[in-house]
Amino acid sequence: MKTLITVILCLLLSSLGFTQDNNKEIKKDTTKLEEVLVLSRRKLSNHRQEKTLSSIDDYLEKSNKITMIKRGNYAWEPTINNMASERLVVTIDGMQIFGACTDKMDPITSYVDVSNLEKVTIGSGQEGTENGHSIGGGIDLKLPSSKFNGSGFKSGLDLGYETNGNYKATGLDLEYTGNTFYMSADAIYRKSDNYDAGGNEEILYSQFEKYNLSIQSGYKFSETQSVDANLIYDKATDVGYPALPMDVSLAEALIASLTHYYKPEDKVLKSLETKLYFNTITHIMDDTKRPVVAIRMDMPGWSDTYGFYSKAELRKKKHHFTLNLNGFYNKSLAEMTMFSNNPSEPDMFMYTWPDIRTLYSGIFIKDDFHFSEDETLTSSIRLGYHNNKIAKEVGIQSLEIFHDTVDEQSNRFLVSLASTYQLKKDNYNLSVGLSYGKRAPSVSEGYGFYLFNSFDNYDYIGNPNLKDEKALEANFSFKQKFNDFEIGIESSYFHIMDYIIGEITPNVSSMTIGANGVRVYTALDHASIFNTYVNNSYKVSERFAINGTVGYNYGKGNDGENLPLIKPFSYFAEFNYNTPKFTAALQLDGNGTQSNYSPKYGENKTADYAIVNLNLGNVFYNKLGKTVLKYGIENILDTKYSTYADWNDFPRQGRNFYMNLSFVFQ
Amino acid sequence: MKLKYILPIAFIALFFSCSTDDDNDTSTINEVKGLELIQTISNGNETIELYNEKGIFETGYNRISLRLKDNTTDSYIEDATLSWMPMMQMPTMQHSCPKSTISKALGKDTVYEGFIIYQMTNEDSSGWSLTINYNIDDTDYSVTETISVWQYENQNTASFMGSDDSRYILALVEPKAPSIAVNEMKVGLFKMQDMMTFPVVEDYTIALDPRMPGMGNHSSPNNTDLTFNNADNFYYGDLSLTMTGYWKLNLKLINANGEVLKGEDVTEENEASSLYLELEF
Repeated sequence: MKTLITVILCLLLSSLGFTQDNNKEIKKDTTKLEEVLVLSRRKLSNHRQEKTLSSIDDYLEKSNKITMIKRGNYAWEPTINNMASERLVVTIDGMQIFGACTDKMDPITSYVDVSNLEKVTIGSGQEGTENGHSIGGGIDLKLPSSKFNGSGFKSGLDLGYETNGNYKATGLDLEYTGNTFYMSADAIYRKSDNYDAGGNEEILYSQFEKYNLSIQSGYKFSETQSVDANLIYDKATDVGYPALPMDVSLAEALIASLTHYYKPEDKVLKSLETKLYFNTITHIMDDTKRPVVAIRMDMPGWSDTYGFYSKAELRKKKHHFTLNLNGFYNKSLAEMTMFSNNPSEPDMFMYTWPDIRTLYSGIFIKDDFHFSEDETLTSSIRLGYHNNKIAKEVGIQSLEIFHDTVDEQSNRFLVSLASTYQLKKDNYNLSVGLSYGKRAPSVSEGYGFYLFNSFDNYDYIGNPNLKDEKALEANFSFKQKFNDFEIGIESSYFHIMDYIIGEITPNVSSMTIGANGVRVYTALDHASIFNTYVNNSYKVSERFAINGTVGYNYGKGNDGENLPLIKPFSYFAEFNYNTPKFTAALQLDGNGTQSNYSPKYGENKTADYAIVNLNLGNVFYNKLGKTVLKYGIENILDTKYSTYADWNDFPRQGRNFYMNLSFVFQ
Repeated sequence: MKLKYILPIAFIALFFSCSTDDDNDTSTINEVKGLELIQTISNGNETIELYNEKGIFETGYNRISLRLKDNTTDSYIEDATLSWMPMMQMPTMQHSCPKSTISKALGKDTVYEGFIIYQMTNEDSSGWSLTINYNIDDTDYSVTETISVWQYENQNTASFMGSDDSRYILALVEPKAPSIAVNEMKVGLFKMQDMMTFPVVEDYTIALDPRMPGMGNHSSPNNTDLTFNNADNFYYGDLSLTMTGYWKLNLKLINANGEVLKGEDVTEENEASSLYLELEF
């Protein structure tokens, strides 16, 4: 183990001696994993027949390595390399933000909307550690970059309707761009009733309603300096979670940031970007809409984060350095009140997150060393200091019920090292990477108190004495081009040490009525996660193309048990027809039977499925601007299905006709 | 410049404001500070003051502080010896209850203390009287007065017949202020030898199983059975409380030979033991 770290460190250091520009490729194809672009509505031509008004969740799901865990029709939880929130670092333009729900009903991605973003950057494994420590990878939701191109006033209107669930979406955006000042504002409103699964079965509690507002403004002081202010307000109400025993009456986020940009010309330092930010989240669970519950509860949660980062890009000869110094302070508090069915008994109360404070500061250095015409060695290191504090005395005492020693504070020193060699030739690409990283346990893993997991039907108790989870990762990708045919393979292997997972604590009674028992977070000595994807595409003609992906995933603990939420064999095929004004795509999407499921963690065998989608798009140009029309049918065959990532196997949407209409005025 | 003047003024202000807070006249230390007067009992030249935290007697364990005042000098007598005898008058008979001896409160000059465990009362708080015997300078005095004992809202004491045909009285002493934590549980256990005599029962075990009936009989982990502590003659164990609310502390009384004298295991079929105490917070 130690020698491996040394090897990585050596690779990293050795690369610092050489140099050149690295033309970082921004891949716009959503099935590629490096970067997914959430394309603005104005860039239809780049767009692969998706809905212009689709949610971020829909966008993310198109990526190879991302799978969305669904607990309802809203607020899906992204996973990368079969690892969910606690093993990922999800940021909004470098800003740390943490959900306020103890039951993961509010992944960060639910607090922004496509209208807020320019693109999404996804880094697999330790490549995703630019903004924080992770095992599985990182997702950074990029806000639009400032522009002072003097393009003047612009506006756009989007309208969307889908038959399944009577889903309505409206988006409006206004933008003024001057030479030294710009301001843009956008608003999106979405509302859906209960949707129908295949066979017209109504899924109760699958409704949602949300709106999102954002304002961004910037001022340019000089040729080299500018500032940006960004404010996002997102509010979802009446969100149903068919797979869970409770719904959400309010999920509200305010995300504010102030950024200073410095871009000196013709110097080694290419850019220096410094951001100060603040965000606050309120999340209120609600069971008033459920007719039958064992006991009525209130479960509010709050999460506030303050932070900064300062990021520099440097170029010297063949080297391209990225430096990122960042820090944040988070306060997570969640409580639960249960209203006794017996009026003579008092209400019951507990802190499910007893006011946990997290203080982190760290530094990230990355070097893209372009040491020959077609070879690049990318090395990165992140070092961080992570401190957790239990601010409520009762939090310490309540955890002491389960643990002999509970310290008020815990300090961790986290490290991440990654090195990737890339070879790019005209007809083939090769990349090999090796990395090592650590992460601290999440608030729930460390300090949660009776957090009910409806997936395996256990109450979870945090463990403040968990060791850092560590992963050794190897990844490989290869792509070969034969004229119009392209085939690629990409694989990652993770050897995870002290893999954090809940272990059944025998003879401890659950708090949740009807639960099977209690699990306390502990760690497996080690676990292995492996995934491999084969992509291929064939360009039949200028207008007609076919592409397909086949994926295989594997995850096992050292006890020989399967890990939960590991994707079964999956495939995707698409037939594209593209002209400048018309696009069409027919998609086949399916999974094999989930045979390596984990009964220990509440999984059952999810049956195989395949669905067919048809997406169509037209563009019309006129004097005022242009009009984009997107329409199609999802799940044409009205298949009733659920995937391995659907919480408690609740079925997904049946046949759905959709139409999105966008007007862009210039 | 200005700071030079402001600072001393600020310090002086701070100093005086602090010092006024605790201008306790050492000559009249209030030895019953934080306690409420329950009742005074006059007997000739003396008045007996009874205190506890709430200012009323309630069923269950009552820790009581007493002071004996000399009415002529208006001062408290510091070297008396006291004993007491609570008595419940029933229609056909009378009985007493478990109680401690009365001793001088540690570190105090005028306060005596002890406890009484009222195992029952009438709905209107009537029925009990308290006899206090005291000795000052080798002279015995005695006074009996009616007292009010109110029913505590929960079952904090249990009086029951064991399978050995003995009657026992069990009373919850701690936790007085429970929290979501592992609380120290302290219980007094007495045997009713006759109507007037309630000796401490030694070396039994009291098995503990706390439950929340309102939460599907949720239990908590890492509780320990209560065992006898011969230093103070009470039983001690760990009581884990995972949330606030109403808790039923199901108990089993086991004698030194391991025989269960009272109480049953809590199972799916049997929601509660016949021997239990209650707690609410």
